[in-house]
Amino acid sequence: MFLRAAHSLIERDIAVGSRCWTPISISKRPAWTFDKNCEEQVSRLSFRNVSMRFPDGTETLHDVSLSVESGEFVTIVGPSGCGKSTLLRIASGLLESTAGSVEVDPAGIGYVFQDATLLPWRTVWRNVELLTELHGVAKAERRQRVREAIDLVGLTDFEGHFPKALSGGMKMRASLARALTMKPPVFLFDEPFGAVYEITRERLNEETLRLFAQQQFAGLFITHSISEAVFLSTRVLVMSSRPGRIIDSVDVPFPYPRHPDIRFDPHFGELSARISHSLRGAHT
Amino acid sequence: MTPQGDVTSEAALRSKESVKRRRSLKVVLPPVVTGVLILAIWYFVSYVVLDPSRRFLLRPPHDVWSVGFADGRNFSEMMDGLWATSKTAFWGLLISILLGFLLAIMMSQAKFIERAIFPYAVVLQAIPILAIVPLIGFWFGYGFMPRVFICVIISLFPIIVNTLFGLLSADSGMHDLFTLHRSSRTTRLTKLMFPAALPAIFAGLRISAGLSVIGAIVGDFYFGQGTVGIGQLLKRYAARLQGEQLLASVIVSSALGVAVFGLFGWLAHRVVGKWNSDNRADP
Repeated sequence: MFLRAAHSLIERDIAVGSRCWTPISISKRPAWTFDKNCEEQVSRLSFRNVSMRFPDGTETLHDVSLSVESGEFVTIVGPSGCGKSTLLRIASGLLESTAGSVEVDPAGIGYVFQDATLLPWRTVWRNVELLTELHGVAKAERRQRVREAIDLVGLTDFEGHFPKALSGGMKMRASLARALTMKPPVFLFDEPFGAVYEITRERLNEETLRLFAQQQFAGLFITHSISEAVFLSTRVLVMSSRPGRIIDSVDVPFPYPRHPDIRFDPHFGELSARISHSLRGAHT
Repeated sequence: MTPQGDVTSEAALRSKESVKRRRSLKVVLPPVVTGVLILAIWYFVSYVVLDPSRRFLLRPPHDVWSVGFADGRNFSEMMDGLWATSKTAFWGLLISILLGFLLAIMMSQAKFIERAIFPYAVVLQAIPILAIVPLIGFWFGYGFMPRVFICVIISLFPIIVNTLFGLLSADSGMHDLFTLHRSSRTTRLTKLMFPAALPAIFAGLRISAGLSVIGAIVGDFYFGQGTVGIGQLLKRYAARLQGEQLLASVIVSSALGVAVFGLFGWLAHRVVGKWNSDNRADP
Protein backbone atom coordinates (compact mmCIF):
# COMPACT_ATOMS: atom_id res chain seq x y z
CA MET A 1 0.00 0.00 0.00
CA PHE A 2 2.69 2.40 1.10
CA LEU A 3 4.89 1.31 -1.79
CA ARG A 4 2.14 1.99 -4.28
CA ALA A 5 1.63 5.43 -2.84
CA ALA A 6 5.33 6.19 -2.99
CA HIS A 7 5.48 4.86 -6.51
CA SER A 8 2.72 7.11 -7.75
CA LEU A 9 4.35 10.04 -6.01
CA ILE A 10 7.56 9.48 -7.95
CA GLU A 11 5.62 9.05 -11.14
CA ARG A 12 3.90 12.33 -10.55
CA ASP A 13 7.20 14.11 -9.99
CA ILE A 14 8.63 12.67 -13.16
CA ALA A 15 5.51 13.65 -15.01
CA VAL A 16 5.86 17.21 -13.82
CA GLY A 17 9.59 17.41 -14.40
CA SER A 18 9.78 15.81 -17.79
CA ARG A 19 6.86 14.35 -19.60
CA CYS A 20 9.06 12.43 -21.95
CA TRP A 21 9.73 9.75 -19.38
CA THR A 22 7.16 6.97 -19.44
CA PRO A 23 7.14 4.34 -16.77
CA ILE A 24 7.46 0.72 -17.83
CA SER A 25 6.76 -2.09 -15.45
CA ILE A 26 9.08 -4.99 -16.02
CA SER A 27 9.70 -5.67 -12.37
CA LYS A 28 8.16 -4.44 -9.14
CA ARG A 29 10.69 -1.63 -9.08
CA PRO A 30 9.62 1.39 -11.06
CA ALA A 31 11.41 2.00 -14.34
CA TRP A 32 11.03 4.55 -17.08
CA THR A 33 11.85 4.86 -20.74
CA PHE A 34 12.57 8.06 -22.55
CA ASP A 35 10.37 8.83 -25.52
CA LYS A 36 12.42 10.62 -28.16
CA ASN A 37 9.53 12.06 -30.15
CA CYS A 38 7.51 13.19 -27.22
CA GLU A 39 8.04 16.89 -27.85
CA GLU A 40 4.47 17.45 -29.05
CA GLN A 41 2.98 14.76 -26.85
CA VAL A 42 2.14 16.61 -23.70
CA SER A 43 -0.13 14.28 -21.83
CA ARG A 44 -2.35 16.25 -19.48
CA LEU A 45 -4.37 13.33 -18.24
CA SER A 46 -3.55 9.68 -18.36
CA PHE A 47 -5.01 6.51 -16.97
CA ARG A 48 -2.85 3.42 -16.71
CA ASN A 49 -4.59 0.08 -16.14
CA VAL A 50 -7.18 1.65 -13.91
CA SER A 51 -9.69 -0.67 -12.29
CA MET A 52 -12.36 0.22 -9.82
CA ARG A 53 -14.11 -2.13 -7.49
CA PHE A 54 -16.57 -0.71 -4.99
CA PRO A 55 -16.68 -2.05 -1.44
CA ASP A 56 -19.85 -3.98 -2.26
CA GLY A 57 -17.88 -6.02 -4.77
CA THR A 58 -19.18 -4.59 -8.05
CA GLU A 59 -16.45 -3.86 -10.52
CA THR A 60 -17.26 -0.72 -12.48
CA LEU A 61 -14.03 -0.26 -14.40
CA HIS A 62 -11.72 -2.92 -15.69
CA ASP A 63 -8.18 -2.17 -16.82
CA VAL A 64 -8.80 1.18 -18.47
CA SER A 65 -5.87 2.93 -20.06
CA LEU A 66 -6.18 6.19 -21.92
CA SER A 67 -4.49 9.52 -22.23
CA VAL A 68 -5.60 12.93 -23.32
CA GLU A 69 -3.16 15.51 -24.59
CA SER A 70 -3.43 19.28 -24.84
CA GLY A 71 -5.54 20.26 -27.78
CA GLU A 72 -7.21 16.88 -27.77
CA PHE A 73 -10.90 16.37 -27.18
CA VAL A 74 -11.71 12.82 -26.22
CA THR A 75 -15.26 11.65 -25.74
CA ILE A 76 -16.38 8.48 -24.06
CA VAL A 77 -19.67 6.91 -25.04
CA GLY A 78 -21.12 3.84 -23.43
CA PRO A 79 -24.27 2.28 -22.05
CA SER A 80 -25.64 3.76 -18.84
CA GLY A 81 -24.09 2.39 -15.69
CA CYS A 82 -20.86 1.41 -17.44
CA GLY A 83 -18.72 3.53 -15.15
CA LYS A 84 -18.17 6.58 -17.33
CA SER A 85 -18.88 8.98 -14.50
CA THR A 86 -16.74 6.90 -12.16
CA LEU A 87 -13.88 7.42 -14.58
CA LEU A 88 -14.20 11.19 -14.27
CA ARG A 89 -14.53 11.03 -10.52
CA ILE A 90 -11.28 9.08 -10.43
CA ALA A 91 -9.60 11.54 -12.80
CA SER A 92 -10.58 14.44 -10.57
CA GLY A 93 -9.49 12.74 -7.37
CA LEU A 94 -13.02 12.59 -5.92
CA LEU A 95 -12.61 8.82 -5.95
CA GLU A 96 -9.52 6.71 -5.67
CA SER A 97 -9.15 3.78 -8.02
CA THR A 98 -8.53 0.35 -6.56
CA ALA A 99 -5.86 -0.50 -9.12
CA GLY A 100 -3.73 1.29 -11.65
CA SER A 101 -2.56 4.87 -11.65
CA VAL A 102 -3.80 8.23 -12.80
CA GLU A 103 -1.77 11.26 -13.73
CA VAL A 104 -3.24 14.69 -14.02
CA ASP A 105 -1.65 18.00 -14.87
CA PRO A 106 -0.99 19.53 -11.45
CA ALA A 107 -2.21 22.91 -12.68
CA GLY A 108 -5.66 21.57 -12.06
CA ILE A 109 -8.80 20.46 -13.74
CA GLY A 110 -12.09 22.01 -14.66
CA TYR A 111 -15.06 19.79 -13.90
CA VAL A 112 -18.39 20.43 -15.53
CA PHE A 113 -20.98 18.35 -13.73
CA GLN A 114 -24.12 16.73 -15.02
CA ASP A 115 -26.15 19.38 -13.20
CA ALA A 116 -25.05 22.96 -13.31
CA THR A 117 -24.49 22.83 -9.50
CA LEU A 118 -24.92 26.58 -9.18
CA LEU A 119 -25.40 27.88 -5.67
CA PRO A 120 -28.99 29.20 -5.68
CA TRP A 121 -28.23 32.04 -3.27
CA ARG A 122 -25.58 33.52 -5.52
CA THR A 123 -26.15 35.54 -8.67
CA VAL A 124 -24.55 34.37 -11.92
CA TRP A 125 -21.65 36.71 -11.27
CA ARG A 126 -21.06 35.46 -7.74
CA ASN A 127 -21.41 31.85 -8.87
CA VAL A 128 -18.80 32.29 -11.56
CA GLU A 129 -16.61 33.97 -8.96
CA LEU A 130 -16.84 31.05 -6.54
CA LEU A 131 -13.77 29.03 -7.54
CA THR A 132 -11.42 32.01 -7.70
CA GLU A 133 -12.76 32.94 -4.28
CA LEU A 134 -12.08 29.45 -2.91
CA HIS A 135 -8.54 29.63 -4.25
CA GLY A 136 -7.95 33.05 -2.76
CA VAL A 137 -7.35 34.91 -6.01
CA ALA A 138 -6.93 38.65 -5.39
CA LYS A 139 -10.03 40.77 -5.85
CA ALA A 140 -9.02 42.77 -8.91
CA GLU A 141 -7.72 39.70 -10.70
CA ARG A 142 -10.89 37.88 -9.72
CA ARG A 143 -13.12 40.55 -11.19
CA GLN A 144 -11.22 40.45 -14.46
CA ARG A 145 -11.38 36.67 -14.77
CA VAL A 146 -15.09 36.57 -13.99
CA ARG A 147 -15.74 39.36 -16.50
CA GLU A 148 -13.88 37.43 -19.22
CA ALA A 149 -15.55 34.12 -18.47
CA ILE A 150 -19.06 35.56 -18.39
CA ASP A 151 -18.52 37.43 -21.64
CA LEU A 152 -17.06 34.32 -23.21
CA VAL A 153 -20.17 32.23 -22.58
CA GLY A 154 -22.50 35.06 -23.50
CA LEU A 155 -24.17 35.64 -20.14
CA THR A 156 -23.24 39.31 -19.85
CA ASP A 157 -26.87 40.43 -19.69
CA PHE A 158 -27.72 37.87 -17.04
CA GLU A 159 -24.86 38.27 -14.60
CA GLY A 160 -27.13 39.79 -11.95
CA HIS A 161 -29.74 37.04 -12.17
CA PHE A 162 -30.23 34.26 -9.65
CA PRO A 163 -30.09 30.69 -11.00
CA LYS A 164 -33.82 30.16 -10.53
CA ALA A 165 -34.42 32.76 -13.25
CA LEU A 166 -32.21 30.99 -15.81
CA SER A 167 -33.07 28.35 -18.39
CA GLY A 168 -31.31 24.99 -18.35
CA GLY A 169 -28.95 26.04 -21.13
CA MET A 170 -28.02 29.28 -19.40
CA LYS A 171 -27.33 27.43 -16.18
CA MET A 172 -24.91 25.15 -18.01
CA ARG A 173 -23.24 28.21 -19.53
CA ALA A 174 -22.79 29.73 -16.09
CA SER A 175 -21.34 26.43 -14.92
CA LEU A 176 -18.90 26.45 -17.86
CA ALA A 177 -17.90 30.02 -17.11
CA ARG A 178 -17.23 29.08 -13.50
CA ALA A 179 -14.84 26.32 -14.62
CA LEU A 180 -13.17 28.66 -17.11
CA THR A 181 -12.14 31.17 -14.43
CA MET A 182 -9.48 28.76 -13.20
CA LYS A 183 -8.03 28.38 -16.72
CA PRO A 184 -7.57 24.64 -16.21
CA PRO A 185 -5.38 22.71 -18.65
CA VAL A 186 -7.72 19.72 -18.33
CA PHE A 187 -11.48 19.84 -18.69
CA LEU A 188 -13.76 17.02 -17.59
CA PHE A 189 -17.35 17.08 -18.80
CA ASP A 190 -19.76 14.69 -17.16
CA GLU A 191 -22.69 14.53 -19.59
CA PRO A 192 -23.26 18.24 -19.16
CA PHE A 193 -25.87 18.82 -21.84
CA GLY A 194 -27.99 15.73 -21.29
CA ALA A 195 -30.93 17.60 -19.85
CA VAL A 196 -31.31 20.43 -22.35
CA TYR A 197 -33.44 20.76 -25.44
CA GLU A 198 -31.88 19.45 -28.66
CA ILE A 199 -31.25 22.76 -30.43
CA THR A 200 -29.89 24.35 -27.27
CA ARG A 201 -27.65 21.34 -26.93
CA GLU A 202 -26.28 21.78 -30.44
CA ARG A 203 -25.60 25.41 -29.76
CA LEU A 204 -23.86 24.56 -26.49
CA ASN A 205 -21.77 22.01 -28.39
CA GLU A 206 -20.67 24.68 -30.83
CA GLU A 207 -19.79 27.01 -27.98
CA THR A 208 -17.84 24.30 -26.23
CA LEU A 209 -15.80 23.85 -29.39
CA ARG A 210 -15.23 27.57 -29.64
CA LEU A 211 -13.88 27.55 -26.08
CA PHE A 212 -11.80 24.49 -26.89
CA ALA A 213 -10.28 26.18 -29.95
CA GLN A 214 -9.48 29.21 -27.88
CA GLN A 215 -8.10 27.60 -24.72
CA GLN A 216 -6.56 24.43 -26.17
CA PHE A 217 -7.30 22.43 -23.06
CA ALA A 218 -7.28 18.66 -22.90
CA GLY A 219 -10.93 17.68 -22.90
CA LEU A 220 -12.50 14.47 -21.64
CA PHE A 221 -16.20 14.45 -22.36
CA ILE A 222 -18.86 11.93 -21.46
CA THR A 223 -22.14 11.56 -23.26
CA HIS A 224 -24.90 9.24 -24.40
CA SER A 225 -25.28 11.01 -27.69
CA ILE A 226 -23.27 9.65 -30.62
CA SER A 227 -23.69 12.76 -32.74
CA GLU A 228 -22.56 14.97 -29.88
CA ALA A 229 -19.52 12.73 -29.46
CA VAL A 230 -18.53 12.84 -33.12
CA PHE A 231 -19.20 16.53 -33.47
CA LEU A 232 -17.00 17.53 -30.54
CA SER A 233 -14.14 15.11 -30.52
CA THR A 234 -10.81 14.35 -32.01
CA ARG A 235 -11.28 10.82 -30.72
CA VAL A 236 -14.26 8.82 -29.51
CA LEU A 237 -13.81 5.92 -27.10
CA VAL A 238 -16.51 3.31 -26.72
CA MET A 239 -16.96 1.66 -23.36
CA SER A 240 -18.55 -1.71 -22.68
CA SER A 241 -21.24 -2.28 -20.10
CA ARG A 242 -20.16 -3.08 -16.58
CA PRO A 243 -17.38 -3.61 -15.83
CA GLY A 244 -16.43 -0.78 -18.17
CA ARG A 245 -13.60 -1.47 -20.58
CA ILE A 246 -12.60 0.52 -23.61
CA ILE A 247 -13.61 -1.60 -26.58
CA ASP A 248 -13.20 0.76 -29.49
CA SER A 249 -11.40 3.95 -30.37
CA VAL A 250 -12.52 6.01 -33.35
CA ASP A 251 -10.51 8.97 -34.62
CA VAL A 252 -12.54 11.87 -35.96
CA PRO A 253 -10.52 13.61 -38.65
CA PHE A 254 -12.67 16.73 -39.17
CA PRO A 255 -10.55 19.85 -38.71
CA TYR A 256 -11.45 22.64 -36.29
CA PRO A 257 -13.24 25.00 -36.32
CA ARG A 258 -16.11 22.71 -37.23
CA HIS A 259 -19.14 24.02 -39.00
CA PRO A 260 -22.48 22.89 -37.51
CA ASP A 261 -23.34 21.37 -40.91
CA ILE A 262 -20.66 18.71 -40.70
CA ARG A 263 -23.36 16.79 -38.86
CA PHE A 264 -24.88 16.16 -42.29
CA ASP A 265 -21.61 15.12 -43.94
CA PRO A 266 -21.65 11.49 -45.19
CA HIS A 267 -18.36 10.82 -43.42
CA PHE A 268 -19.93 12.04 -40.18
CA GLY A 269 -22.64 9.44 -40.76
CA GLU A 270 -20.13 6.67 -41.35
CA LEU A 271 -18.29 7.47 -38.14
CA SER A 272 -21.56 7.57 -36.23
CA ALA A 273 -22.53 4.21 -37.70
CA ARG A 274 -19.28 2.64 -36.63
CA ILE A 275 -19.65 3.94 -33.08
CA SER A 276 -23.25 2.80 -33.01
CA HIS A 277 -22.22 -0.72 -34.02
CA SER A 278 -19.54 -0.82 -31.35
CA LEU A 279 -22.09 0.32 -28.79
CA ARG A 280 -24.47 -2.45 -29.81
CA GLY A 281 -21.64 -4.85 -29.22
CA ALA A 282 -21.05 -3.21 -25.87
CA HIS A 283 -24.49 -4.15 -24.64
CA THR A 284 -24.02 -7.90 -25.03
CA MET B 1 -43.18 64.16 -25.22
CA THR B 2 -46.55 65.02 -26.76
CA PRO B 3 -49.55 65.69 -24.55
CA GLN B 4 -51.26 62.76 -26.21
CA GLY B 5 -48.44 60.49 -25.16
CA ASP B 6 -48.83 61.76 -21.64
CA VAL B 7 -52.49 60.92 -21.66
CA THR B 8 -51.99 57.39 -22.89
CA SER B 9 -49.19 56.67 -20.46
CA GLU B 10 -51.30 58.05 -17.65
CA ALA B 11 -54.15 55.81 -18.71
CA ALA B 12 -51.81 52.85 -18.78
CA LEU B 13 -50.56 53.76 -15.35
CA ARG B 14 -54.09 54.07 -14.07
CA SER B 15 -55.08 50.68 -15.47
CA LYS B 16 -51.96 49.15 -13.96
CA GLU B 17 -52.89 50.66 -10.65
CA SER B 18 -56.39 49.31 -10.86
CA VAL B 19 -55.02 45.86 -11.63
CA LYS B 20 -52.83 46.18 -8.58
CA ARG B 21 -55.80 47.30 -6.50
CA ARG B 22 -57.88 44.39 -7.73
CA ARG B 23 -55.11 41.97 -6.84
CA SER B 24 -54.67 43.39 -3.35
CA LEU B 25 -58.44 43.17 -2.95
CA LYS B 26 -58.20 39.48 -3.76
CA VAL B 27 -55.55 39.08 -1.09
CA VAL B 28 -57.24 41.18 1.59
CA LEU B 29 -60.89 40.31 1.11
CA PRO B 30 -61.01 36.61 2.13
CA PRO B 31 -59.47 37.02 5.61
CA VAL B 32 -61.61 40.13 6.21
CA VAL B 33 -64.73 38.14 5.37
CA THR B 34 -63.64 35.39 7.76
CA GLY B 35 -63.00 37.98 10.48
CA VAL B 36 -66.43 39.54 10.05
CA LEU B 37 -67.98 36.08 10.18
CA ILE B 38 -66.18 35.30 13.43
CA LEU B 39 -67.40 38.57 14.98
CA ALA B 40 -70.93 37.80 13.83
CA ILE B 41 -70.84 34.38 15.47
CA TRP B 42 -69.41 35.96 18.60
CA TYR B 43 -72.29 38.47 18.79
CA PHE B 44 -74.75 35.70 18.04
CA VAL B 45 -73.46 33.58 20.92
CA SER B 46 -73.34 36.56 23.34
CA TYR B 47 -76.81 37.85 22.61
CA VAL B 48 -78.84 34.93 21.30
CA VAL B 49 -77.35 31.70 22.62
CA LEU B 50 -76.48 32.95 26.12
CA ASP B 51 -79.16 33.90 28.58
CA PRO B 52 -78.55 37.48 29.91
CA SER B 53 -77.75 36.06 33.35
CA ARG B 54 -75.00 33.94 31.83
CA ARG B 55 -73.66 36.59 29.43
CA PHE B 56 -70.53 37.04 31.60
CA LEU B 57 -69.28 33.79 30.02
CA LEU B 58 -68.80 35.52 26.68
CA ARG B 59 -68.97 39.30 26.64
CA PRO B 60 -69.81 40.83 23.26
CA PRO B 61 -66.85 42.27 21.27
CA HIS B 62 -67.59 45.94 21.98
CA ASP B 63 -67.58 45.30 25.74
CA VAL B 64 -64.22 43.60 25.41
CA TRP B 65 -63.03 46.64 23.51
CA SER B 66 -64.31 49.26 25.94
CA VAL B 67 -63.19 47.49 29.13
CA GLY B 68 -60.09 45.68 27.94
CA PHE B 69 -58.57 48.14 25.50
CA ALA B 70 -60.24 51.55 25.76
CA ASP B 71 -59.95 51.72 29.56
CA GLY B 72 -56.55 53.29 30.19
CA ARG B 73 -55.78 51.60 33.50
CA ASN B 74 -56.69 48.14 32.37
CA PHE B 75 -54.87 48.63 29.13
CA SER B 76 -51.62 49.87 30.69
CA GLU B 77 -51.69 46.96 33.15
CA MET B 78 -51.94 44.61 30.21
CA MET B 79 -49.19 46.39 28.28
CA ASP B 80 -46.84 46.08 31.27
CA GLY B 81 -47.60 42.38 31.38
CA LEU B 82 -47.05 42.12 27.64
CA TRP B 83 -43.70 43.85 27.95
CA ALA B 84 -42.52 41.52 30.71
CA THR B 85 -43.64 38.48 28.71
CA SER B 86 -42.05 39.73 25.49
CA LYS B 87 -38.75 40.32 27.25
CA THR B 88 -38.73 36.78 28.63
CA ALA B 89 -39.68 35.31 25.25
CA PHE B 90 -37.02 37.36 23.48
CA TRP B 91 -34.16 36.23 25.71
CA GLY B 92 -35.40 32.65 25.63
CA LEU B 93 -35.49 32.68 21.85
CA LEU B 94 -32.08 34.30 21.58
CA ILE B 95 -30.48 31.65 23.78
CA SER B 96 -32.31 28.92 21.86
CA ILE B 97 -30.97 30.27 18.59
CA LEU B 98 -27.38 30.40 19.80
CA LEU B 99 -27.53 27.02 21.51
CA GLY B 100 -29.51 25.44 18.66
CA PHE B 101 -27.07 26.67 16.02
CA LEU B 102 -24.11 25.47 18.01
CA LEU B 103 -25.58 21.99 18.51
CA ALA B 104 -26.77 21.69 14.91
CA ILE B 105 -23.40 22.76 13.53
CA MET B 106 -21.63 20.25 15.75
CA MET B 107 -24.01 17.51 14.66
CA SER B 108 -23.56 18.41 10.99
CA GLN B 109 -19.81 17.90 11.25
CA ALA B 110 -19.75 14.27 12.31
CA LYS B 111 -22.31 11.52 12.34
CA PHE B 112 -21.21 10.27 15.75
CA ILE B 113 -21.88 13.66 17.33
CA GLU B 114 -25.33 13.61 15.80
CA ARG B 115 -25.92 10.13 17.20
CA ALA B 116 -24.74 11.27 20.61
CA ILE B 117 -26.87 14.40 20.83
CA PHE B 118 -29.98 13.90 18.74
CA PRO B 119 -31.84 11.43 21.00
CA TYR B 120 -31.59 13.91 23.88
CA ALA B 121 -32.92 16.70 21.71
CA VAL B 122 -35.93 14.47 21.09
CA VAL B 123 -36.26 13.83 24.83
CA LEU B 124 -36.20 17.59 25.38
CA GLN B 125 -39.05 17.90 22.94
CA ALA B 126 -41.00 15.14 24.63
CA ILE B 127 -40.87 16.65 28.14
CA PRO B 128 -44.38 17.84 29.03
CA ILE B 129 -43.78 21.49 29.75
CA LEU B 130 -46.45 21.57 32.47
CA ALA B 131 -44.59 18.85 34.33
CA ILE B 132 -41.30 20.66 34.28
CA VAL B 133 -42.42 24.18 35.14
CA PRO B 134 -43.05 23.52 38.86
CA LEU B 135 -39.77 21.63 39.01
CA ILE B 136 -37.89 24.56 37.53
CA GLY B 137 -39.52 26.94 40.01
CA PHE B 138 -38.62 24.53 42.80
CA TRP B 139 -34.97 24.37 41.72
CA PHE B 140 -34.20 27.83 40.44
CA GLY B 141 -36.80 30.07 42.04
CA TYR B 142 -39.34 32.30 40.33
CA GLY B 143 -37.14 35.05 38.92
CA PHE B 144 -36.31 36.04 35.39
CA MET B 145 -33.77 33.38 34.47
CA PRO B 146 -35.97 30.36 35.28
CA ARG B 147 -38.65 31.81 32.98
CA VAL B 148 -36.13 32.24 30.20
CA PHE B 149 -35.04 28.69 30.85
CA ILE B 150 -38.60 27.43 30.23
CA CYS B 151 -38.69 29.34 26.94
CA VAL B 152 -35.42 27.71 25.91
CA ILE B 153 -36.66 24.21 26.71
CA ILE B 154 -39.81 24.69 24.68
CA SER B 155 -38.28 26.48 21.68
CA LEU B 156 -34.93 24.75 21.26
CA PHE B 157 -35.98 21.62 19.39
CA PRO B 158 -37.38 23.16 16.19
CA ILE B 159 -34.24 25.26 15.83
CA ILE B 160 -31.94 22.27 16.25
CA VAL B 161 -33.89 20.07 13.85
CA ASN B 162 -34.45 22.66 11.15
CA THR B 163 -30.90 23.97 11.25
CA LEU B 164 -29.44 20.48 11.13
CA PHE B 165 -31.78 19.45 8.31
CA GLY B 166 -30.86 22.64 6.46
CA LEU B 167 -27.12 22.21 6.92
CA LEU B 168 -27.34 18.69 5.52
CA SER B 169 -29.54 19.73 2.61
CA ALA B 170 -26.84 20.98 0.21
CA ASP B 171 -26.71 18.47 -2.63
CA SER B 172 -23.80 16.15 -3.18
CA GLY B 173 -22.80 17.75 -6.48
CA MET B 174 -22.12 21.01 -4.69
CA HIS B 175 -20.16 19.18 -2.03
CA ASP B 176 -18.12 17.57 -4.80
CA LEU B 177 -17.35 21.00 -6.17
CA PHE B 178 -16.03 22.14 -2.81
CA THR B 179 -14.08 18.90 -2.34
CA LEU B 180 -12.56 19.29 -5.77
CA HIS B 181 -11.23 22.68 -4.82
CA ARG B 182 -9.93 21.48 -1.46
CA SER B 183 -12.11 23.67 0.70
CA SER B 184 -11.61 23.65 4.45
CA ARG B 185 -14.40 22.65 6.79
CA THR B 186 -15.04 26.27 7.69
CA THR B 187 -15.24 27.38 4.07
CA ARG B 188 -17.62 24.56 3.30
CA LEU B 189 -19.73 25.49 6.30
CA THR B 190 -19.87 29.22 5.65
CA LYS B 191 -20.05 29.24 1.87
CA LEU B 192 -22.12 26.12 1.23
CA MET B 193 -23.90 24.53 4.18
CA PHE B 194 -25.00 27.62 6.05
CA PRO B 195 -26.51 29.51 3.10
CA ALA B 196 -28.18 26.29 1.97
CA ALA B 197 -29.68 25.97 5.45
CA LEU B 198 -31.18 29.47 5.59
CA PRO B 199 -34.69 28.65 4.33
CA ALA B 200 -35.00 25.77 6.78
CA ILE B 201 -33.51 27.89 9.57
CA PHE B 202 -36.16 30.54 9.05
CA ALA B 203 -38.91 27.93 9.02
CA GLY B 204 -37.58 26.74 12.39
CA LEU B 205 -37.32 30.29 13.75
CA ARG B 206 -40.94 31.01 12.95
CA ILE B 207 -42.06 27.97 14.91
CA SER B 208 -39.66 28.56 17.79
CA ALA B 209 -40.50 32.23 18.14
CA GLY B 210 -44.16 31.35 18.66
CA LEU B 211 -43.22 28.59 21.09
CA SER B 212 -41.00 30.92 23.08
CA VAL B 213 -43.94 33.30 23.56
CA ILE B 214 -46.05 30.37 24.76
CA GLY B 215 -43.23 29.31 27.08
CA ALA B 216 -43.05 32.78 28.61
CA ILE B 217 -46.83 32.86 29.21
CA VAL B 218 -47.03 29.32 30.59
CA GLY B 219 -44.07 29.90 32.92
CA ASP B 220 -45.57 33.10 34.26
CA PHE B 221 -48.99 31.45 34.64
CA TYR B 222 -47.69 28.59 36.73
CA PHE B 223 -45.14 30.56 38.73
CA GLY B 224 -47.93 32.92 39.76
CA GLN B 225 -45.41 35.28 41.38
CA GLY B 226 -42.59 37.61 40.51
CA THR B 227 -42.89 40.20 37.76
CA VAL B 228 -46.44 40.15 36.45
CA GLY B 229 -46.68 39.00 32.85
CA ILE B 230 -49.58 38.04 30.63
CA GLY B 231 -49.73 34.60 32.24
CA GLN B 232 -50.44 35.95 35.73
CA LEU B 233 -52.95 38.41 34.33
CA LEU B 234 -54.81 35.61 32.58
CA LYS B 235 -54.93 33.68 35.81
CA ARG B 236 -56.10 36.70 37.82
CA TYR B 237 -58.82 37.72 35.35
CA ALA B 238 -60.10 34.16 35.13
CA ALA B 239 -60.25 33.86 38.93
CA ARG B 240 -62.14 37.16 39.24
CA LEU B 241 -64.51 36.35 36.35
CA GLN B 242 -63.34 39.50 34.55
CA GLY B 243 -64.45 38.18 31.16
CA GLU B 244 -63.72 41.30 29.13
CA GLN B 245 -60.16 41.61 30.38
CA LEU B 246 -59.60 37.89 30.10
CA LEU B 247 -60.61 37.93 26.46
CA ALA B 248 -58.61 41.11 25.85
CA SER B 249 -55.45 39.54 27.23
CA VAL B 250 -56.03 36.37 25.22
CA ILE B 251 -56.24 38.58 22.14
CA VAL B 252 -53.12 40.51 23.12
CA SER B 253 -51.07 37.40 23.77
CA SER B 254 -52.08 35.77 20.51
CA ALA B 255 -51.36 39.07 18.76
CA LEU B 256 -47.84 38.87 20.16
CA GLY B 257 -47.47 35.36 18.76
CA VAL B 258 -48.77 36.46 15.38
CA ALA B 259 -46.49 39.50 15.34
CA VAL B 260 -43.44 37.39 16.08
CA PHE B 261 -44.47 34.85 13.43
CA GLY B 262 -44.99 37.64 10.92
CA LEU B 263 -41.68 39.28 11.80
CA PHE B 264 -39.72 36.14 11.05
CA GLY B 265 -41.73 35.52 7.90
CA TRP B 266 -40.85 39.00 6.72
CA LEU B 267 -37.22 38.51 7.67
CA ALA B 268 -37.12 35.22 5.78
CA HIS B 269 -38.61 36.91 2.77
CA ARG B 270 -36.00 39.66 2.93
CA VAL B 271 -33.07 37.30 3.32
CA VAL B 272 -33.88 34.28 1.15
CA GLY B 273 -36.95 35.37 -0.84
CA LYS B 274 -34.85 36.62 -3.73
CA TRP B 275 -33.26 33.30 -4.54
CA ASN B 276 -35.31 30.62 -2.86
CA SER B 277 -37.93 29.40 -5.29
CA ASP B 278 -40.00 27.32 -2.90
CA ASN B 279 -40.16 29.91 -0.17
CA ARG B 280 -43.69 30.73 0.90
CA ALA B 281 -42.80 33.37 3.43
CA ASP B 282 -45.72 35.73 2.97
CA PRO B 283 -46.43 37.09 6.43
